[in-house]
Amino acid sequence: MSTQIGVLSVPAKRPASRVINLIQAWLPKLVLAPSLALVLVGVYGYMIWTAVLSFTNSSFMPSFRFVGFAQYARLIANDRWHTACINLVIFGVLFIGVCLALGIFLAIFLDQKIRQEGFIRTVYLYPMALSLIVTGTVWRWILNPGLGLEKLMHDWGWTSFHFDWLVRSHLSVYTLVIAAVWQSSGFVMALFLAGLRGIDPSIIKAARVDGARLPTIYLRIILPCMRPVFFSAIMILAHLSIKSFDLVKVMTAGGPGYSSDLPALFMYDMSFTRGQLGLGAASAIMMLGAILALLVPYLYSELRSKRHD
Amino acid sequence: MTEMVRKPFSFNRVLIYTVLLTAAAVYLVPLVVMLLTSFKTLGDISSGNLMALPTHWTMHAWHKAWSTACTGVSCEGVHHFFWNSFKMAIPAVLISTGIGAFNGYVFSKWRFRGSDLIFSMMLFGCFIPFQVILLPMAATLGKMGLANTTAGLVVVHVTYGVAFTTLFFRNYYVGVPDALVKAARLDGAGFFTIFFRIMLPMSVPIFMVCIIWQFTQIWNDFLFGVVFASGDSQPITVGLNNLVNTGTGVKEYNVNMAAALIAALPTLVVYVLAGKYFIRGLTAGSVKG
Repeated sequence: MSTQIGVLSVPAKRPASRVINLIQAWLPKLVLAPSLALVLVGVYGYMIWTAVLSFTNSSFMPSFRFVGFAQYARLIANDRWHTACINLVIFGVLFIGVCLALGIFLAIFLDQKIRQEGFIRTVYLYPMALSLIVTGTVWRWILNPGLGLEKLMHDWGWTSFHFDWLVRSHLSVYTLVIAAVWQSSGFVMALFLAGLRGIDPSIIKAARVDGARLPTIYLRIILPCMRPVFFSAIMILAHLSIKSFDLVKVMTAGGPGYSSDLPALFMYDMSFTRGQLGLGAASAIMMLGAILALLVPYLYSELRSKRHD
Repeated sequence: MTEMVRKPFSFNRVLIYTVLLTAAAVYLVPLVVMLLTSFKTLGDISSGNLMALPTHWTMHAWHKAWSTACTGVSCEGVHHFFWNSFKMAIPAVLISTGIGAFNGYVFSKWRFRGSDLIFSMMLFGCFIPFQVILLPMAATLGKMGLANTTAGLVVVHVTYGVAFTTLFFRNYYVGVPDALVKAARLDGAGFFTIFFRIMLPMSVPIFMVCIIWQFTQIWNDFLFGVVFASGDSQPITVGLNNLVNTGTGVKEYNVNMAAALIAALPTLVVYVLAGKYFIRGLTAGSVKG
């Protein structure tokens, strides 16, 4: 539509200028072409490629002997995959829940006209600038059963304090939650703070005139207004959990045994160290499925609400 | 906000500040622990505790982490990895930002039939779990002779970074009035003239946001580094992971912490100097995505 205006508005008298106009009309498409090619191949093409691999019996090298859903059947019967999926649910629910609770709590406190708000916000958010490998390294040290937190508490006088989750097979997944919450809760705080700033202060004033107390106002009026922020925060955090790889690789490497395994680590191990490409591809497709199950309803509702604006 | 809050010494005010500052202290603990541990001797580590000051401050762990610590088979510290990360990040950031700027310009000011669809298709690339492209990408890089090279990593980071950079610039340029572009076109200015003479001069803030965001993402990436690089081209995150997980003899936590700080330093410096832009990228990239 707008390109047509461009072409028409410049008088096309000589053939040379007509050629220029033609090029002008095609330029935007030419500029986009390389990126479109990258995305078509690198995202869509490769997704299909991985899907195809998941239906073959590829082991160390890709093969094209199709075996139907056999890899998926193996995956579902696989104990380690089972553990990884249960861990993902535990990790995801706790990570999202604690991040939301902490983020909302800090955002509300920080929204009370605080002096030095900028500085405090900077402190809450700096972990987001770090690599998860750095986060994992430092938390692995802090949670070290012998010399870490336990020793600190003993030295400070709490001699019965005991903390060895990192090496306990049914507890190691919770150490991942601790580190991940430290990394991301400040970010959730920033999202909610931005949401709180967008709320009309006259609503609060009116409620106060009616005699409502501040906690009631937040619980009954303000938080319900922030539904979109809740949705996007949950989306982002769920997305982060499903993709979670770096942290578990450096903190526990899935251990002890494979007790703290997560799907992303499972996929990596099967594909790149165990030579089970078909199984790895099948697990990757399952991860994609999980993300799509989250994403599609979200995008659908987003698009609909935008159309109604 | 309210009269209750405005009173200078109310109980609530004290409570609020106490909670906020305690939380800030807790967030800072890991950084403090990293710093303290990195300046300790191994003796100090086993006799003291996480928050104890070193009895003997030493740079030994930093030296070792930088140049002699073992990261798997070789024992040359993390300095190669550190420079590799720069060699990878700088071209990848510049290329993906440049492409994103042009894409955003087209998607906002030169829309054509189907451009919105293409934009949505690109956007979807922000959401996929990268596990789903690892195997084909590894095969492609191998065929192109780019496996285990820095150039290969740059290609990968550009491919999967373009969706984000395009999103940044598109959302920014949508805010520029169309009338400005239309007027320039009536005056005979073409596609590139408008971009370089009108759009670019007003794009400094979004370039800051985009470059800082991309740099942080690419510097901190581990997945692509560990899958697509080996030996000479591995980035710092892989180096750090190798160092931490090389299990020979006594665990040298002081060296681990020094290496972690080396890996964290560039992004921390960027955050301290330009945190405002980083936070804008964080919220723009995620809320609008």
